[in-house]
This record gives sequence, C-alpha cells and structure tokens, in this order.
Amino acid sequence: MIKRYDSVIVDITCRIMVPFIQLFAIYVIFHGHYSPGGGFQGGVLLASSMILHRLSLGQKESYAKLAPRNASILGTGGMFLFMLTAILPIFFGGMFLDYSFLPIPGLESAMLRYYGILIVEIWIGIAVFGCLVVIFDRLTERRWG
Amino acid sequence: MGDLTFHYSYIMIIILLVIGLWGMLGKRNLIKKIIGLNIFQTSIFLFFIKGALKEGATVPVIDPELGLEAASYFNPLPHVMILTAIVVSVATTGVALALMLTIYRNYSSLEEGDILERMGK
Amino acid sequence: MIEHLPALIPITLILFAFIAGVLGVMQFKLSRNVAMLGALAAFVLSVTGTIQVLQTGPMHYSFGSWPPPYGIEFVLDTLSAFMVLVITGIGSILLMFPTKPGFMIDEQKGATVYTVVLMLMAGLCGMVLAGDLFNLYVFLEISSLSTFALISLGGGKAAVASFRYLIMASIGGCFYLLGVGFIYFSVGSVNMADVLQLLPAVYDSPSVIGGAILMVTGLCVKMALFPLHTWLPDSDTYAPPVVAAFSAAVQIEVSAYVIIRLILNVFSPEFIIGLTPITDIIAWISAAGIIIASILAVAQQNFRRMLAYSSVAQIAYVGLGIGLANPLGIVGGIFHIMAHSLMKGSLFLIAGGIRHHTGIWNINDFQGLGRRMPWTIGAFTIAAMGMIGIPPTAGFFSKWYLLLGSIEGDQWVFVAVILISSLLNAVYFFRIIEKAFSPPAESTASVNKTGELPKRMLAPILILAIGTLIVGALNVLVVNELIMPVVEGL
Repeated sequence: MIKRYDSVIVDITCRIMVPFIQLFAIYVIFHGHYSPGGGFQGGVLLASSMILHRLSLGQKESYAKLAPRNASILGTGGMFLFMLTAILPIFFGGMFLDYSFLPIPGLESAMLRYYGILIVEIWIGIAVFGCLVVIFDRLTERRWG
Repeated sequence: MGDLTFHYSYIMIIILLVIGLWGMLGKRNLIKKIIGLNIFQTSIFLFFIKGALKEGATVPVIDPELGLEAASYFNPLPHVMILTAIVVSVATTGVALALMLTIYRNYSSLEEGDILERMGK
Repeated sequence: MIEHLPALIPITLILFAFIAGVLGVMQFKLSRNVAMLGALAAFVLSVTGTIQVLQTGPMHYSFGSWPPPYGIEFVLDTLSAFMVLVITGIGSILLMFPTKPGFMIDEQKGATVYTVVLMLMAGLCGMVLAGDLFNLYVFLEISSLSTFALISLGGGKAAVASFRYLIMASIGGCFYLLGVGFIYFSVGSVNMADVLQLLPAVYDSPSVIGGAILMVTGLCVKMALFPLHTWLPDSDTYAPPVVAAFSAAVQIEVSAYVIIRLILNVFSPEFIIGLTPITDIIAWISAAGIIIASILAVAQQNFRRMLAYSSVAQIAYVGLGIGLANPLGIVGGIFHIMAHSLMKGSLFLIAGGIRHHTGIWNINDFQGLGRRMPWTIGAFTIAAMGMIGIPPTAGFFSKWYLLLGSIEGDQWVFVAVILISSLLNAVYFFRIIEKAFSPPAESTASVNKTGELPKRMLAPILILAIGTLIVGALNVLVVNELIMPVVEGL
C-alpha cells in the first residue's frame, strides 16, 4: 500500500509533470512510423507517467483516477484490437497484416499502409500502458512478508 | 594492435557479456541474478547495433540530397530486431520480479543459500 | 481460407486466448470450455493443413504481402505439419483434465490461467511454423514466458524452480539470438531459405561456424540435453501436473525440432556434418545423458522426480537421433518426438491424478494401488511398455529406427547404449507395476482408501495411452508420408 509522499514540493511538481509526460508520450506514439519512437516506447512513457502519479499521490487518490481493473481491461483490449486490425485484411482479400486491404474509403494503397501502421501503433501503445500499470499494481498491492 | 583499437566495441561487448554471465551464475542473491540477466541481454543488443553501423552513414530516413543509395544510410533491420528483444527483456524482468515476490512471501529471504535450506534440501 | 492456414493456426489460438481471458474474469467454467474449443479448432486446422500439404506440397505464407527476403514468412511443410499435429493434438487432450487438480488453482486467483496456457500453445505453434530465424526467437520467448508463469502455480518450491528455469532459459534464448546475429552479419538475411542459398559462399569463415555453435548450444539448454538439464527435475517435480506435461512432453521436443530444422534446412547437412563437430558432440553427450539420467531415475523415491529424470533420458534419445546424422537416425529421433509426448503426457497426468485423489507422492506408497484403480494402473502399464520399448507401442518403433540408424553408421557403442537404457527403463517402471499389483500392505493406513479416479481425469489419460498403441500401429504411414520427404536430402 503506497502512502502519499509527505511533502508539498513533491506533490505540486508531480502534479504539473504528469500531463507533460503524457503529452510527450502521445507525441512519441504518433511519430513511431516516421522517426524514432513507436508503440512500445510511447506506451512505456505513458505507464511511467501513471507510475509517477501512483508514487507521489498515494494509493487512495491514484486508484480513484485509474483503478487496476480498468488498467487490465485497457491492456487486453489494446491487444485484442491489434489482432482484429491484423485479421481484418484476410476478409477483404489480402494476407494477414496486409494494411493495404483495410476498408477505409478514399485512400490509395501506399497511404493505407502508412495509416495502417499508425493505427496499429496506437493500439500497441494502449496495450503496453495497460500491461505495465498492471505489473506495477501487482508488485505493490500488499505489504511484503 | 591497430585492429584491436579499431574493434574496441567488440571488446566492450565481450566484457559486458562475461560480467552478466558471472552475475547470473556466480552470485547468490536473487536480485543480483536479475541484474546480471539485464547486463547480459544489454551486451547482445550492443552487438546487434554495432553491426548495423556503416562508416559515414546517417539516419535511415531518405534525404533528398543523399539520394537512394543504400551505403549512405545505416541498416535499420537490426534496430527493429533489438526493439523486439528489448520488449522481451522487459517482460522477462517483470516475471522475474513477480517470482521473487512469491519466493520472499514463502521463505522470507532472498539469498539462495537460505532459501535452499528452508526448502529442505 | 485454405491458403491462409499457416497463419491461422497461431492466430486462432491467440484469439481464443483473449476470449478465454475475458470470460475467465466473469465466469470461470465458460473460460475452460472456450479454451478446449480453441485448442480443438487449432487441431482441426492443423489436420486440414496436413492433408493439404500431403496433396500439394509445402505452403509458404508471406505476412503483409511482402515477398520473402523482405518480409516475414510462415512455412508449412510435412515436418512442420507433423509437429503442429503433435502440439495441438496433445494440447487439446491435456486441456481436458479438470482445472483444480490440473493447475493447482481455484477460481479466485486463477481467472486467467487458460489465457496463459493458450498463449503457450500459440508460441509453440509459431516456433514450429516460423520461416525465418528471428521470428523463431520471438515465439520461443513467448512460450518461455508463459511457462515461467505457469510453473510457479505449484506453490513456494515451484516458484524457486521457476526462477532457476527463468535464468537458464534466458541464457539459452540469448545465446540463440547471438547466433542469429552472427549469421545475419555474415550473410545479410534471416530468412531460412535465403540463408540456405547464401551460406555456401561463406562456409569457412569463423563467424558462421561460431554462429552455428552458439545457436545449437542455446537450443540445447532449452532442450534439457544432458549437462544442461539441471532445471528440468525441479521444475517438473513441483509444477502443476498439466504444466509439467506441457513442459516436459511438448516444449522440450519443439526445441529439439528446431535443431533438426537448422541442420536440414538452414545450414545444409554438408556444413554441419562436414565442417563442424556439432553432430558428433551431440551424439556422445546424448549417449552419456541417456545412461546417466536413467541411472539417476532408478535412484529416485519421488514419483514425479523419477518421471522428470526419465524425460531427460528420453529427450537424449532424440538428441542421439540428431547426432547420428544419417536418414534412419533422424527419422527415429523425429518419430520419438511424437511417441514420447504421448507417453509422457499420460504419465504426468496419472501422477497428478493419483496425487490429487489419494495424496500419494512416494513410490513406496504405491502398494496395492492396482486393486483400487485398475484403469489408471492399466494406462500406466501401457505407457510404461511404450517407454521401455515393447511392441506394438510407438516407443518400440522409434527405438527400432534409432537402432537401425546406429547399425548403419557403424556405431556399436550407441547400439549398446540403447539396449542398456531400455533395460534400465524396465527396472524403474517394472518395480512400480509390481508394487501396484501386489496385495496392499496394512502399514499404509494413512493413505485414503478411495477408489478409482473420476471419469473426467481418466478420459485424457486413457486417450493418450491408447494413442501410443494407435500411433505404433500406424507408424509406417506416419513415417513414410510425413517424415521421409524431409530427410531425403541426406
């Protein structure tokens, strides 16, 4: 059970830093197919923002913002949506993971692959975020011994 | 001797690999074993990244000035393989930490000698 | 749909893993049924794939429509089809075992256990189907991670065993990855067919030889070949019964299959047999392992630990088949994969059922068990006959091929090793059968006087035991159709 950290400076600093870390994480996710970054790295940054939240504000307040059960649902949901996006091309004539057959109207084949990778990176980012928050919650849920 | 200083990164990789192996197999404390595992895996990542470099090459995003020849961009495939391997390493560390928690809750110790004694070997 | 089969087999298992996970939180019984349904669906798909491959030849499936040197590829040829049949078939039979004794877990804590089991099977299927070296590493690690989590369900001692397995399996996987790195930087590609074509140009360079040795060493750690087997006895003794059956009967053999695939299709046989001493060393280490592991198994009092050492000896048979390096030897090794998984699967389930039902853990307490549990001890007798090598069980035919292979290679030491080890197998199995069929002693009053195992536990045990007889009877069909086309190049 993590207690709230007993200092005003830590409290205010962490409250200010968390949204900026999340913004940077979303930037890293969205630029993954074009420059260094991607789903996994952005997901880890999002999870680290949530871990900072849990460490500095204590369990009671932080679980009210994101309960462990919802984090678990986010994790599995992200992976499930990724599998669906990967299987969808099979029904529309292509191979597995072939993004040029995704049913988005009005885009040509190369642009479809471009956006396909982007969509998949978003699902992976959400999945990694959920899984790492679940790992952190399980490791800290009870007192040791 | 010139070859040795040119390939200094391979020497560092081997040193890290041996440190990691010694940590995993020679140390008694479970946390030190996990740290050794991480060092060992990091040395393998360094090996892949070292092999992807080319002399005078730049980031593999197509630059209009450099054109399309492959020799001026370094190889992105090992980097992608290492991304996957890093994810595997993080997951393995997570599972190892969870296992350590279970062991501590059952045996109240993280030293291998104590744990084996309490297990009744 | 037929051309999507190589990718559909792991995808079906992963999808059903997620559905079983979501249902596990809500309603647990449904999760178990969904998992069984998923494994059966994968088995049906693999049977369809086998029939398709036998008719039209190997199927190549490129992900994302990128052609092979650039993209990821899954390959389904006769050897992969054989292994996928083994994995999905034995997996679906093992999942029939009831949850509480099988996984040592109850509803509250173990809601998502079937997700992890199905991911283990998906990882093993992916390892078998992968067409390039790096994807094989990814699926290897998927199956390893699932096994770490599942082994630790058995309690405190199982957590220590799982930690030891974690350290050694990570070393093995990372050595394999290092070997892949060496090969990639020498040749320029990781696709298996590509490497087969490009490798002859650089055969003599030390980095290729070093890469091959590293890859095989890493896989030998995962395969529990003799000096590197030390993780197997602990993890199989304390793990839950179904998990021990998966780990010792299926996972070890997939690693042995990867070595066979490397020898046949990636490094061509001339390279491995001619330029490197790998097959000689594997053959001698396996011979030592068979004898030493059988002797250690005779010395055990604990039933599960004896079965674990017996697994080490049996996988060394497959290693001997690899090391002999002539067609009959490799055929014997590959056929032993199917035979051993059937027999060992039923033996581990029997051990788990007896432990759950009567609390018996030591061999001395087996006195008189044959009267109370006739069907169980009957299945045990059939499986034991298979392990020793009595016709018409499948174990006899695999040892027959290994004997023929060693005679053809003029290796009379290995003939002696196989015969002596069969005698040692007979020693430690017959003493259990003798104890079980003798009249019960009065001193075992502390043991529950219960009757036969419930039907839900008996069903998978009997199916696996009868399976050894059926596979033994059909062995000519299996060998000629599925295994021979792959080893013809030798």
